[in-house]
Amino acid sequence: MAKKIEGSPGYAPGTRVSTKDIVQKKISYSWWEPEVQYSWSMGQAMSKFIMGLKDGKILGRTCIKCDRVLVPPRMFCEYCYGPTDNWIELKDTGSIETYSISYLDSDARRIKDPILIGVISIDGASPQHGFMHYFGEMTKEEIHIGMKVKAVWKAPKDREGAITDIKYFKPLKGGGKK
Amino acid sequence: MSRRVCVIGIGHTDFNSITPDVEWKELMYESCQKAYVDAGVDPRKDIDSFITCAEDYLEGFSIFDEFVPDQIGAVLRPCCTVCGDGLYGLGTAYMQIKTGLMDVVSVESHSKISDLLTLGDILLHAFDPVFERPVTGPVERPRYGGSPEYTKEDPKPLVGSTKEKQRVHPYFLAGMEMQDYLRTSGTTEEECAEVVVKNKMNAFFNPLADYEAKISIDNVMGSEYLFSPLKRLDISPNVDGAITFVLAEEKTAKELGVDPIYLSGFGWSSETPWLSTRGMSADYATKSSQMAYKMAGITNPRKQLDIVEVDDRFSYKELQHLEAIGLARPGEAGQMLMEGELAKDGAIPTNMSGGSLGIGNCFEATGMQKALEIITQLRGHAAKRQVADAEVGLAQAWRGIPSGSGAVAVFERGGA
Repeated sequence: MAKKIEGSPGYAPGTRVSTKDIVQKKISYSWWEPEVQYSWSMGQAMSKFIMGLKDGKILGRTCIKCDRVLVPPRMFCEYCYGPTDNWIELKDTGSIETYSISYLDSDARRIKDPILIGVISIDGASPQHGFMHYFGEMTKEEIHIGMKVKAVWKAPKDREGAITDIKYFKPLKGGGKK
Repeated sequence: MSRRVCVIGIGHTDFNSITPDVEWKELMYESCQKAYVDAGVDPRKDIDSFITCAEDYLEGFSIFDEFVPDQIGAVLRPCCTVCGDGLYGLGTAYMQIKTGLMDVVSVESHSKISDLLTLGDILLHAFDPVFERPVTGPVERPRYGGSPEYTKEDPKPLVGSTKEKQRVHPYFLAGMEMQDYLRTSGTTEEECAEVVVKNKMNAFFNPLADYEAKISIDNVMGSEYLFSPLKRLDISPNVDGAITFVLAEEKTAKELGVDPIYLSGFGWSSETPWLSTRGMSADYATKSSQMAYKMAGITNPRKQLDIVEVDDRFSYKELQHLEAIGLARPGEAGQMLMEGELAKDGAIPTNMSGGSLGIGNCFEATGMQKALEIITQLRGHAAKRQVADAEVGLAQAWRGIPSGSGAVAVFERGGA
């Protein structure tokens, strides 16, 4: 057990545990890799939306009562709790609501090229309705809130009906300037 | 503490073995919407608090509670998820209303178990990793489909385990418990088989039920052993579906002009998780029923309860639970069943809904399925399976393999 050093900042150097210690069972632990598999039914709203992506279209649902256009689409409006009304096709352009430049992977290790990721409000949808997606063809110096962007799609033959059928959003011609 | 809690609305979807046409959110929305209309409330204005009951691992989502507000009408409102059977959600709602914190509360639970492809392994993950899980395998199994050398024409299956060696299915725990129950109570396998016959027959009269069947004890006895002494037909098959209740304080219920069913008693209890240490006679059910009886003022449950729904996910469980909650003396539930005492016109009509054997195993919604039947019966809406003059009913829930936890709720028709 490491000796706790009194005072502030509280810091205890501890004893390093290496992979070797684990493999040689010098410390007690239990290990288990569960077999975990799901296949979620996508449901009415997402199925239609995903098929739209395959055709290079962004589809939204309208709620007439709340005067909203919902992206991602859902069969019910979470504001008025009524069923949503119609499908509409939207443009594949929008503007960056906010973003982050991410330098770490999920294992908290540094990645080579930082990832530009953020949320986009899609043109024609209600405010703050759109995607969380990657940004490309722009530098981390250029990206900014309010930047006008456009979807970059995979080639039709490569699309599989997934959110990643859009590769990333790039600056809209003439809309990329700060 | 004079506030009284009642159920003012119920809603549910159909129950189906698979539901590929809807996602779980849409399933939840359907049952909630029906419950809100039944209660005559607008969830965006009239409901003070929202409770769902779900287990992350069964759903396949981490922090599942974050995913529920939209479809239950709870966006930016007090909302929480109880990791347990739906009946625990009712208990949580009861406390929120009883304390005066909330006046109207909704409780939702569901099963979308058809989305989960590796149920056995998920349940094994609930075994102690040092002491118990290592004794579940791996075990060899016969090869299916010939060589494991997969080709483009004969590809590796995308779903389910492709390992040649697997672990034993965790339902063997129920087999162990049944073995013990048969020996200590003197109950026979045939009596357990009759539970299946009765419940699958009851299911014919419940439009919700998906597994109705007209079978005899011979059919059950002749079905293959899966976890001896449990046979295939002793085990309830899985089902998808959602159930929602709206609960309210008595005064609010009267203002809404609905016919309230009172939640007059509630109890819950948990065993130690050690499989070798814990009791085999559903002590969790005994303890939770005692708590609920005391709260509801029930001193003679056999006399005072008009109808009961108890967990019957494995046939013997119905008999074991009836004995545990004091409706039958130890070892006598099987005999009562054979004498017709558990039928509609018997002394203790049990699982008139068809139970889990007739409806299907709804996982975390199982307790709510029991409560749903009791509310339907106390309202007098159970049509052909209606028990005459049902005034007081009990719903009992067990959380299923490998748990030793359960809850009991007692309901009464208005004015009682």
